[in-house]
Amino acid sequence: MDLDFTPGEEAFRAEARAWLAAHVPRTPLPSLETREGFAGHRAWERTLHAGRWSAVSWPPAYGGRGRSFLEWLVFEEEYWAAGAPARVSQNGIGLLAPTLFEHGTEEQRARILPAMASGETVWAQAWSEPGAGSDLASLRSVAVPAAGGWRLSGQKAWSSRAAFADRAFGLFRSHPPAPGRPHEGLTYAMFGLDAPGVTVRPVARLDGRPAFAEIFLDEVFVPERDVVGAPGDGWRVAMSTAGSERGLALRSPGRYVAAARRLVALWRAAADPGDTALRDRVADAVVRARAYQLYGYGCASAAGGPRGAEPSLTKLFWSELDLALHETALDLLGPYGELAAAADDAPAHGAWAEGWVFALAGPLYAGTNEIQRDIVAERLLGLPRGRRPAAGPPGGADTPPAVRERPA
Amino acid sequence: MKFVLGTEQRDFARVLGRMLGAADTPAAVRAWARGDHGPGLAVWERVARAGVFGLAVPEAFGGAGPLPAEVAVAFTELGRYAVPGPAVETVAVTALLARLAAEGRTVLAQAWLPRVCEGGALVTAALPGAPGGSPYALDADVCDAVFVVPAGTDDLFLAAGHGPVQPSLDPARWLAIPRCGAEPVASGRAVREAARHAADWAAFAAAAQLLGVGSALLERTVAYVRQRRQFGTPVGAFQAVKHRLADTRVGLEFAGPLVHGAAVALSAGAPGAAAEVAAAKAAASDAAYAAARAALQLHGAIGYTAEHDLSLWLGKARALRSAWGSPAGCRARTLDIFRE
Repeated sequence: MDLDFTPGEEAFRAEARAWLAAHVPRTPLPSLETREGFAGHRAWERTLHAGRWSAVSWPPAYGGRGRSFLEWLVFEEEYWAAGAPARVSQNGIGLLAPTLFEHGTEEQRARILPAMASGETVWAQAWSEPGAGSDLASLRSVAVPAAGGWRLSGQKAWSSRAAFADRAFGLFRSHPPAPGRPHEGLTYAMFGLDAPGVTVRPVARLDGRPAFAEIFLDEVFVPERDVVGAPGDGWRVAMSTAGSERGLALRSPGRYVAAARRLVALWRAAADPGDTALRDRVADAVVRARAYQLYGYGCASAAGGPRGAEPSLTKLFWSELDLALHETALDLLGPYGELAAAADDAPAHGAWAEGWVFALAGPLYAGTNEIQRDIVAERLLGLPRGRRPAAGPPGGADTPPAVRERPA
Repeated sequence: MKFVLGTEQRDFARVLGRMLGAADTPAAVRAWARGDHGPGLAVWERVARAGVFGLAVPEAFGGAGPLPAEVAVAFTELGRYAVPGPAVETVAVTALLARLAAEGRTVLAQAWLPRVCEGGALVTAALPGAPGGSPYALDADVCDAVFVVPAGTDDLFLAAGHGPVQPSLDPARWLAIPRCGAEPVASGRAVREAARHAADWAAFAAAAQLLGVGSALLERTVAYVRQRRQFGTPVGAFQAVKHRLADTRVGLEFAGPLVHGAAVALSAGAPGAAAEVAAAKAAASDAAYAAARAALQLHGAIGYTAEHDLSLWLGKARALRSAWGSPAGCRARTLDIFRE
């Protein structure tokens, strides 16, 4: 067992570090969750893409570098250590792209991925509805067959970044489900947020910024080529997306390693060394970030990211780590800890405050942590199904419960 | 990078686990707790024959080591089956003597290590001056030799005896303060360094053992809540029960990589190894103790009885949390992990 990088991997790290040092904006961009910040972050995606850093693990044909999972982890470590901007393209690159690699057609990949890599098309996720949150399969928006495609109608909620994004991917009821089998008959479709029949209503999150939106769809036409996977088989496709959202793809270990490192620096600079209670919390963030980093290396050495129900373990871990880490930072800042990110005096240009607001959402999105705990208990530990008598939980396909261990 | 156990290491775990699973360790633990060491020593002999005590010992002294990844694998199994006796302390002694031997002081290593490896000598240690060390030696009354480095000294003693043997919160652990002999068997800076090194290996082995203890607690509790029925349904169908066990699983899942990361650091002799070991010990202690609390709560009153075998692991999770590095002591050593 070792944690050694090859000379090629080290060279890749050095190349990434040098490029980032030369290109990361000196002063942080305005918040991603504002119109101005969104535009700034999109411009940053163009810069990243020009250096071919926006999606290093993709094949070169789509704008990537064909790099390994481990090299992607390395790039992420360097990216966040450099203090580079949040990724406005994350829901495309981190969620839709892996889904297209697994379930899409070659035509879809060739058409969609290059524009995603360059930031030309920014994607939002349109899953939840006012009446369908944790119980996602109870969604009511529909896809009705039309000549050459489908017409989408209904209402989607809590769609992150949809206020300013270009396109969205979502789940729609296309076939009536058999009794007790609500996961069947759903269709995974992509649509333009500026398409005729689409109305986007921005929704302010806790700090007032329009970080998400409601999407109203009124007979929005979607050609057949914009359906991912087979019509009616959307749940399986969506669970592939959810695996990425809960696993390492959306929230890589490097992000938390960088944040933990900054937290230690803050502690050394600002804390009362005698305050061992705070020191323990800082140490906890370090220990957990290291655990996540090593977990990622373990995945890279095995066969890639967590599989099946395992991303639920990851999601519980990173979402709670993120929140604890930022709460500790705000506590360390004493009276400055209450300054909002937009405040002139906000420490670290508001990064801790912004990070805290962002982290608060972690236990909610990508399936609430209560849903994740259900999935871990039922599918990894083999405890009896509870919420739903017949069909599977809204986190996974129906597989017989069995106690499973991660491959060692 | 190959940060995953190899086939041979997984086979080693499987063989050891099968052997211990067939050895009726609960009965051996209960006997050990009563002061009847016979059944425990029989298990001990088989563990020695499997090569476990030679894993931190260089080949020159009858071992196969140092092989920290194999130590992690083996001690996880020892924890899973609650094997009694000074297993962690044996790792401490072997690491201590091997380090002294590496500094050219081979006499003690030659005298003791081959016997320890083959199970012919039972040893323990008290290293109160080293990080996480304790004034007490575990199972001193059973051992052939008690190695002691008193706090604030650079002297290694072989104890001439020990004070009263006192019970631990783990009924299978008995603690005594050793009485040092008149003359140290080794002295100097190298002794202090070796004691520190030994304490790191002991904390590492304890972390691995805690992983096994936590896994056993989780497995037993999952099995219990699947068959225990109340309100006409298995209690494992209730969300409050599921969520507690899911959190237990998350804690153990992410403590594992830290233990393996510490193994890699020890193997490389990296200067940051102590911090990696401390992180592993802190996380494994938390995960195992949380597993113990969940296990007790979800078993209900039956789990609170001495008669139920759950008690064998509950006490161990608590005792190992305090041994070889308290949670706060470990955390204090982790802050440099990401320093470049």
